[in-house]
Amino acid sequence: MTAFAEKNTAITGVGLSDVSRGASKSALSLTVDAAMEAIGDAGLTRTEIDGIATWPGERADGSGFSPVGCAAVQDALRLKVNWYAGGGEAPGQYGAVFNAIGAITAGLCRNVLIFRTMYEATARKSAFANSLLKQGERQAGPFAWYAPYYTYAAALQQALFFNLYVHKSGIRPEQVAQVPINQRRNAALNPKAIYRTPITLEDYLASPLIATPLRLFDCDVPCDGAVAIIVSRLEVARSLRNPPVRIEAIGSSMHYRNSWTQLDALDTQAQPKVAEMMWRRTDLKPADVDIAQLYDGFTYHTLNWLENFGFCERYGAKDFIEGGHRISLEGDLPVNTGGGALSAGRLHAYGAVHEACTQLWGRGGQRQVKGAPRVCATSTAGGPLAGAMLLVRD
Amino acid sequence: MTEPVPPPRTLPVIDLDNRAYWTSGRNGVLAIFRCRSCAGYVHPPVPFCAACEATDVAPEAVSGRGKIESFTINHKQWVPGLPVPYVLALIALDEAPEVRLVANITHCDPAEVTFGMPVQVWFEPHEDLWIPLFRPTRSVR
Repeated sequence: MTAFAEKNTAITGVGLSDVSRGASKSALSLTVDAAMEAIGDAGLTRTEIDGIATWPGERADGSGFSPVGCAAVQDALRLKVNWYAGGGEAPGQYGAVFNAIGAITAGLCRNVLIFRTMYEATARKSAFANSLLKQGERQAGPFAWYAPYYTYAAALQQALFFNLYVHKSGIRPEQVAQVPINQRRNAALNPKAIYRTPITLEDYLASPLIATPLRLFDCDVPCDGAVAIIVSRLEVARSLRNPPVRIEAIGSSMHYRNSWTQLDALDTQAQPKVAEMMWRRTDLKPADVDIAQLYDGFTYHTLNWLENFGFCERYGAKDFIEGGHRISLEGDLPVNTGGGALSAGRLHAYGAVHEACTQLWGRGGQRQVKGAPRVCATSTAGGPLAGAMLLVRD
Repeated sequence: MTEPVPPPRTLPVIDLDNRAYWTSGRNGVLAIFRCRSCAGYVHPPVPFCAACEATDVAPEAVSGRGKIESFTINHKQWVPGLPVPYVLALIALDEAPEVRLVANITHCDPAEVTFGMPVQVWFEPHEDLWIPLFRPTRSVR
């Protein structure tokens, strides 16, 4: 055992349901598909899954944001688990993974099924499901400070942060455009991506303004779909069929004010301390990273993470991505190699983990990064939430 | 021709700590929690000062003047009748720039809004609340 618990854990299998702009299956059915694929991929059976976790847990609010929780999956699969947890107060979407690391290290379980299910495409066909506001109801909680001001969607809050980033960094729209252009190029090579037709700089500049500086093509794509991963104790992982994808280091801190208005550093969001924590827990350096699956709820998150992980200087992302080559499949640091949430669907950072393992296991097909990538940095979340993981193929 | 009716503003749930913020506009002032011990401002409001651990923290009128720290011009019509474009901003208070308030910027063309622009609070009554909004200081006569 090393001092850092995550080093004794690894991802051993992954699963991905059909991903679409309107599913012919229920959210639970999609989740079962992903879960069974992940269990099988790891070379396990249902009886060997002894833990289950998700983020942010079941929200039966019709939004499709998280329609399936641990209980529904445990029952559908008739799992017998020693430990389970689903909840939103965690370091972003990877909170479920970090909880599982703790549970494995505590000896509560050996193989944890972790999943994230989205059903936002279907939800939006019948309701204004992405609203942060509930019409006609008074609003409580952290978003209440935004409630009276027509803040209908996360895009508006994030635009407040991103506009400051644009102001401070001087990044130009044609530079930002390299993120969605690169990801769509990668998506064209990913059979499960939602949007696969390449886009040009002109397409990006012509896409509708949502809230400055955000254009439509800066925003991820609501979808129906589920991702599942299996996180196992490392010695168990080494007995299974896939080379373990070790969790080399995590960043889970909350050192900043956890507030959507009083966040210490608006334009970098909560990521810098989280990235620092991750790097403190490994001997690896940014230069050792072969590929990056960076959160892309909006393009600017990806730019923030390029800087906050230390792949480039503060406000240096504009130069790092200039022309797009460096972040392409053939570049020094291939980014969001499967198309990311912008093109492959908003699977909310778990699409990124699935793609990380796909690449590290050499399963990328036409989009496989050359040279057998071994180290992947991946990250989640915006605003005051952030989580980071460094994944290494054993 | 009649103006389209904008959608109602969604109002916050009021509790013991935030009541002053959302109601002090009745008296024409913006109230922010302030520590009676070290004089620091505390926002969002809670009767505890993280700087000196005092609990004697209470709402106090501020000038209502601030500067735009960041903003966005919203173009998407999220719901029918929503007048676009409109400006959502984070405002740093002059007395305490670390206190950031969210509000729409009114009484100006959205294209005129800039970083650092001086703004002044005004209030729009809704039900039992007085919603703080900001407009460019120059437009205050």
